[in-house]
Amino acid sequence: MIIDLTKMQPGESGIVKEIQGGQGFIRKLQSMGLRPEKKITKVSSHFWRGPQTVEVGNIQIAVGFGMAKSILVEVKR
Amino acid sequence: MKIEKILLIGNPNVGKSAIFSRLTGAKVIISNYPGTTVEFTQGKIKLGDETVMIIDVPGTYTLEPTCKAEDVACRMVKEGGLVINIIDATNLERNLHLTLQLLEKGMPLIIALNMWDDTKHRGIYIDVKKLEELLGVPVIPTCGLTGEGIKELIDRLPETKTRDLSASSDNQKWEKIGEILEVAQKLTHRHHTLLERLEDLSIKPLTGLPIALGIIYSSFWVVRFVGENLIRHIFEPLFTKLWLPLLMKLSAFLVEGSFLHHILIGNFIESKIDFGQSFGLLTTGLYVPIAMVLPYIFSFYLILGLLEDLGYLPRLAVLTDNFMHHLGLHGYAIIPFILGLGCKVPGILATRLLEERREKFIATTLMVVGIPCMAQIAMIVGLVGQRGGKYVAIIFFTLFVLLVVKGLILNRILKGVSPEILVEIPPYRIPQIQSVIKKLWMRLSGFLKEALPFVLLGVLFVNILYMLRIIDFFAHIFTPVLTGLWGLPKEAISALVVGFLRKDLAVGMLGPLNLTTKQLVVGSTILAVYFPCIATYIVLIRELGIKDTLKSTAIMIMVALLIGMLLNLIL
Repeated sequence: MIIDLTKMQPGESGIVKEIQGGQGFIRKLQSMGLRPEKKITKVSSHFWRGPQTVEVGNIQIAVGFGMAKSILVEVKR
Repeated sequence: MKIEKILLIGNPNVGKSAIFSRLTGAKVIISNYPGTTVEFTQGKIKLGDETVMIIDVPGTYTLEPTCKAEDVACRMVKEGGLVINIIDATNLERNLHLTLQLLEKGMPLIIALNMWDDTKHRGIYIDVKKLEELLGVPVIPTCGLTGEGIKELIDRLPETKTRDLSASSDNQKWEKIGEILEVAQKLTHRHHTLLERLEDLSIKPLTGLPIALGIIYSSFWVVRFVGENLIRHIFEPLFTKLWLPLLMKLSAFLVEGSFLHHILIGNFIESKIDFGQSFGLLTTGLYVPIAMVLPYIFSFYLILGLLEDLGYLPRLAVLTDNFMHHLGLHGYAIIPFILGLGCKVPGILATRLLEERREKFIATTLMVVGIPCMAQIAMIVGLVGQRGGKYVAIIFFTLFVLLVVKGLILNRILKGVSPEILVEIPPYRIPQIQSVIKKLWMRLSGFLKEALPFVLLGVLFVNILYMLRIIDFFAHIFTPVLTGLWGLPKEAISALVVGFLRKDLAVGMLGPLNLTTKQLVVGSTILAVYFPCIATYIVLIRELGIKDTLKSTAIMIMVALLIGMLLNLIL
């Protein structure tokens, strides 16, 4: 099923399906390595709609809560 | 081919500055977090008989700018030159995207495959020959920290090539990179190392927050412990046992009361030289920066350097993100704040990490008013600490509350919202002793070169103003504010005047005034907020522009008037 990044559980992995938002935002995420068809693993999620951290390949990226909402991920549940 | 200019270009935190410093021998600050270099640094390298300019360009993900540091990178690329594209070997895929962009722009390119030493234990095997073949430009494995591969990189600079690639879309580039990696890179599974487990623990909120509190608390404890002991066992004895006897001889030679005696030695306090109060160039002028401030600068930058090189700061940024949003900032603003605790000049420069003008304005204004620099902290601890730790705590607590309240208000009244955090978190790396020491030495000599002359100038300046009775004139004018509003004696004006030059000296000048504890607390707090020192102010104008600097200044003055009055009423 497809959920947004904030709904993933810490430790859960999935495949990025879609990133919604402006060109600049999508491009920035992509150039950091976060783009459709990449496997990502959620590392942590901070309290009170705080930033979400994910692992893509060898790097960890922290993404603000609002941004994370616009990243759609396919997970197996 | 004649080389005119060399640009070091790559993603953030791939080690460009480390390679730059290896190539040029120049001293630059290197840390383990994205955005250490926000301004380009220039150096020179000798190639054969020619000297070529070499530029350390701030890291960028794309050639389409998304923040000021990246904008600098894009402009540099437009101006042209030979590019040493620095690539993080542990993140080939993403790094190659920028490589392809550079190749499509027709830049002559050579690749430094940096952090090569890191690939083995990460289970990454790269076939350098294949990579070179597929990209069509030279690829040299390097390790900026140890210097491995640097000589080969220089030797092969003449082999630099341009490729005639037509522009392709982002997706086409990713496909191409996929094909390249299929052949040139092999990944094997491996177990998590201890360091990686620590990475996870320090980014998860339940374990990360206690770890953060522990690190912050122990950092301050160590800074204080090292600072205090350096003063007690080294600097204080140095001044009283070695320097004082020399000064006594000089004093006898110059004769007390003469003009030179007044300037160099200052006044006798109870017929003795008092380093804190005599106020001559060779007494207070040296004692304040060297014996009172330098030890704390040393211990602060030692700890900061270790945390920077370990890669802890971006994690702290993620953990504080939520709180910072209330102040109209996101978590990454914690990095300029922490640098500002050392000195506000690099602190303000680091606000270039922030994307929007609004954030930059808030961050700099909060920093100037709420975050005292280490020189000032050392003096407050030294001077107010004599009256009891409680009073030091009151000052810092007041400054912290001010910072928060100001942030809350600015976030409310300024138009717009601040963007969210989006940042890469680097892996932990064990700090290398040599590079920590090198960085510490750079920062200490920076302090001595920039602060010492200003302190001496301040001492001279005040002595002259006193002689010309200009201080009396100012004191007369400002008495209503000083005495009426803040409850300070009118002599405190001299500290406020010197505060424009140096904050440490200004706090020190409160010492001889025989203030009550309350007056000392009020005075120290006002000195922290009313105006930044001249060096900071110049950077502020450069970074914010005249108009915003004036706005920021108005806020400072208002805050100073208000907080002085409040403290005077409450305490």
